[in-house]
Amino acid sequence: MDFDTPLAEAWVRAIAAAVEKEQGRLTELDSAIGDGDHGSNLQRGFAAVLTALDGLQPAGPGAVLTKTGTTLISKVGGASGPLYGKAFRAIGAALPEPAGPAALAEALAAGLDAIRALGKAEPGDKTIVDAYTPAVAAFRTAAATGATLPEAAAAAADAADQGAHATIPLRARKGRASYLGERSIGHQDPGATSTALIFRTLADITTS
Amino acid sequence: MKKLINTPESVLEDALAGVAAAHPELTVDIPNRVITRAVRPAAPKVALISGGGSGHEPLHGGFVGPGMLDAACPGEIFTSPVPDQMLAAAKAADSGAGVVFIVKNYTGDVMNFELAAELAAEEGVEVRTVLVNDDVAVEDSTWTAGRRGTGATVLVEKTAGALAERGAPLDEVAALGERVNAASRSFAIALTAATVPAAGKPGFDLPEDEIEVGVGIHGEPGRRREKLRPARELAAEVVETILADHHLNPGDEVIALLNGLGGTPLLELYIVYGEVAARLAAHGITVARSLVGNYVTSLDMTGFSLTLTKADTQLLELWDAPVDTPALKRA
Repeated sequence: MDFDTPLAEAWVRAIAAAVEKEQGRLTELDSAIGDGDHGSNLQRGFAAVLTALDGLQPAGPGAVLTKTGTTLISKVGGASGPLYGKAFRAIGAALPEPAGPAALAEALAAGLDAIRALGKAEPGDKTIVDAYTPAVAAFRTAAATGATLPEAAAAAADAADQGAHATIPLRARKGRASYLGERSIGHQDPGATSTALIFRTLADITTS
Repeated sequence: MKKLINTPESVLEDALAGVAAAHPELTVDIPNRVITRAVRPAAPKVALISGGGSGHEPLHGGFVGPGMLDAACPGEIFTSPVPDQMLAAAKAADSGAGVVFIVKNYTGDVMNFELAAELAAEEGVEVRTVLVNDDVAVEDSTWTAGRRGTGATVLVEKTAGALAERGAPLDEVAALGERVNAASRSFAIALTAATVPAAGKPGFDLPEDEIEVGVGIHGEPGRRREKLRPARELAAEVVETILADHHLNPGDEVIALLNGLGGTPLLELYIVYGEVAARLAAHGITVARSLVGNYVTSLDMTGFSLTLTKADTQLLELWDAPVDTPALKRA
């Protein structure tokens, strides 16, 4: 199985559905250490992405993800809009057609680079990066050892989940949660949680 | 929580429609969420553009007009606007002399304005960015996203706006903005939290008799919580906190902004200002100019912030220059 245009569209649509379903949980996590709008911002953004994709005749999987990123940048605002927007644009730009597991791993890595370049967060800062970094590492390792796309995506999703969970004891050093200082400890980071959700949907759509 | 709204979803659109109806001197592009001057400056000048989440009115739309901003980009409530808005504002306001983005130091605002600056540059608009980070409540910038932008934004927008109106070049206007930010420190105390209409309940829980010392304009936690005390003691605490961070000496002059957070009566703000002025006088610091009122609000949060900007001849002269905006007027 390769990552092609229908799969790219299925992924984005699955993210939109997952964000819609998990909106309440994301907002709850964000209310604890942020400003409580992470769920609604992503829901609004991906709803706009679906509208944008409806009229699109994409030239390839990369075009689907580039359009996703551009729409998120245009519609979300806050920090998550630019961060996820830049990431999807970078993934889209780096994606050959069709992409095997190794090529997709490198494209996903380009998305992580874009997030780090814009947000300047390091692993351990209690951000998206804490879920995204282990996910890319797991995806790469799986792809390098001959895993299929579903296997690599499942490994990445598990790693992202663990990374998100591991943000609980961390003290936030970036974003609005950083102003809580010690009081940010004990809460799972909403951005890392939505990143884990995005990797989980990739695993789900490649296995189903 | 009772609110004068139609629906929580339409708060921003409905408010912008009201701004448009009340202020024919402004052009309000409601779908694109950009507020510009209805009458463009006659001669080319550096354009000043600011923006941020809504809920801080009159910041920023109320400061659009001759002598201050050329355009403002209101985001969703407490959420940064998007780069498309800033790009649209930049293209609408640029007269060829370049654009200054005035950005409060919040992660979302910084990123969205950074993307907008890239897009504007691609379209041939020269952009400089002035970052405002005056909130001394944030003590440890290596462990946080850095000091937040708050009351000093008004001083930056007023003085840089006056300089731009005189035809000063882009780099000079941006440098003045940075100088005013560097000369400013702010600190806030909240008595109650703000209620975002979509949330319907206060953003944080504060017991009836407690205050948040060092609060941010979205209800970010401050340095600590404590029992409410008389205005004299709170004013003294705020002045001392700022002075501990600000290198002011006896004989120095300041511009003082005593700002209401949205839900506090002007009567109380004047009580606090009187105490602030007395405390500064005791330190030998002269308040050369003062401004008391609601300028950088946090919806219905009660409380106040104090901003002290070290003044000099140029800053005072720019502060005194004519301005004609919905929220600040001076002949």
